Amino acid sequence: MGRSANTKTRYLIIGNSAGGIGSAEAIRQADRTGPITIISEEPYPAYSRPLISEYLSGRRSPREMLLRDTAFYSRNGIDCLLGRRALRLDVENRTVELDDGTSIGWEKLLLATGGTPIIPKVKGIDKKGVFTFTALDDAKAIRQQVPPDATVAVIGGGLIGVSVSQALSQRGNSVVMVELMDRVLSAALDKRASRLVEKTLQAAGIDVVTGCAVEEIVGMAADEERVAAVLLNDGRRIECQAVIAAIGVLPRTDLIAGTAVGTDRGIVVDRHMATSCSDIYACGDAAEAYDFVRGEEKLTPIWPNAYAGGRIAGLNMAGRPAVYEGTTNMNSFNYFGLPIISAGIVEPPDLSSYKVLQSPMANGGTYQRIVLRDNRVVGMVFVGDIQSAGIVIGLMRTRADVRGFQRSLVSGGLSLASPPGELRQAMLAQAMPAAI
Amino acid sequence: MKGIYIDENACMGCQLCEVYCQVEHSPSRDILRAFHKERPLLTPRIRIQQTVNSFVAVQCKHCSEPWCVYACLTGALSKDPVSGVVTLASAKCVGCWTCVMACPFGAITPDFAEGVIVKCDLCPERDVPACVAGCPNKALLFTDDRKEPERDLVAVGTEESMQEGW
Repeated sequence: MGRSANTKTRYLIIGNSAGGIGSAEAIRQADRTGPITIISEEPYPAYSRPLISEYLSGRRSPREMLLRDTAFYSRNGIDCLLGRRALRLDVENRTVELDDGTSIGWEKLLLATGGTPIIPKVKGIDKKGVFTFTALDDAKAIRQQVPPDATVAVIGGGLIGVSVSQALSQRGNSVVMVELMDRVLSAALDKRASRLVEKTLQAAGIDVVTGCAVEEIVGMAADEERVAAVLLNDGRRIECQAVIAAIGVLPRTDLIAGTAVGTDRGIVVDRHMATSCSDIYACGDAAEAYDFVRGEEKLTPIWPNAYAGGRIAGLNMAGRPAVYEGTTNMNSFNYFGLPIISAGIVEPPDLSSYKVLQSPMANGGTYQRIVLRDNRVVGMVFVGDIQSAGIVIGLMRTRADVRGFQRSLVSGGLSLASPPGELRQAMLAQAMPAAI
Repeated sequence: MKGIYIDENACMGCQLCEVYCQVEHSPSRDILRAFHKERPLLTPRIRIQQTVNSFVAVQCKHCSEPWCVYACLTGALSKDPVSGVVTLASAKCVGCWTCVMACPFGAITPDFAEGVIVKCDLCPERDVPACVAGCPNKALLFTDDRKEPERDLVAVGTEESMQEGW
């Protein structure tokens, strides 16, 4: 399609992942015709980023990772510019300059620029054979360059680190996962669940090293620029042919550097997902959005939050006022068939203002745990039997007073029948479909 | 859109709704075959849970703001723009259970054996979902809103019914 040097759109969305798609779908609910343009640096239609693990392990093809059907963009009248990068944002004149020299004018702008992988400051990190793992191209590079019989060192035992370790292990690679904290997934899980995950990973053959840092990535004798081993701070040397840096992501804010768009650790947004500049919105990993457990704005780089924030941004951009109820850190893990759902504050900082209720462990690894503050649930971990985990998170979201039935939350028999009738009716009233 | 509602006080907890659901979604749609021959027996998409003094039906509410759809990592869940039914494309489901986490009603069931979720589809090939159609005492309703519709109840224990030969 021939685009002239300067075009104009009503809604410009920078980013084509969960937040961008969430906003585009919301805009189309409120405005059937207003022109939408999406700019995507990646050359692919929107795909499920979490599924790059399944691609790496060989279980899903890129086609099977598509988030929406192939007609999605045309059906919704979205002009999607794939493989184009937004270089400069002009807040005053309401334009964005692209890497092909063209520029696009906008009336409403969404910054759904996502996160950028954190590169640890480790000697040798720039050697050949060091990868990150947040995009399809990362997974493609690993598949192309790392043979399935290679030993791989994974730096980081968080969400990305454990996911890539599982995928590599399923692919046949020997994996050594090195985590700085004394346990894996420490930001998401309580200690007991962390141990269960560690045992599961070890049973699958993954070498889990905790409480250790990678100090240096050393090169081969024959080719100093190619990875040969990592050195740990306890003196150990682990021979490996590849290293995955998987310690997390930071908000990608390079586009707004030097502009009036306010940032803290990420792009600051209000409860309408609006930034400090009028008609500019932000969501997803790039933004600091409201956390209903902490009661403040926080970085929570997880997929569902990106979509939900993008949706609220989109509705507001299209002139339908909507308030972001907020979300919190929450994750569903399924490593090697061990289901775990967790949310909020799982290891309270003190036990004077928090109370922990926890069931005994049953069936070799099934238990429920909730963390309470002022009779409200502020954290939860369900392992094994996860069917009712969402009920607890719903109670967290609505800040329901759970006195009187808090024991049932960790009984293993939690269901919609557990909350008292009045609360249950209030919960149901929220869901009940209004006219569509 | 129409939804499935329960009259908590009318439900007697017989769980026949679960049976009708299992049969409706079985390959044969025949109760004898489904329960005697076809394995594994399907997971019911509606479940009756008992409170202290009543029963609650747990099944997908096809929410107007469906958290499960917004949370779905793969695009397997969508809300049909015409029917409003929260619909699963099983082939796209990877069993990540993120929707289970998102559903505030515990209405999505993980099928660990198949690695996909199981949820109410409002029986797309029927005018009235099988669970509602089969409910013997009309405790389950398929209606437009939460208000109980006028129901054609047979007066029980009145003189009239007594005379009919009870």
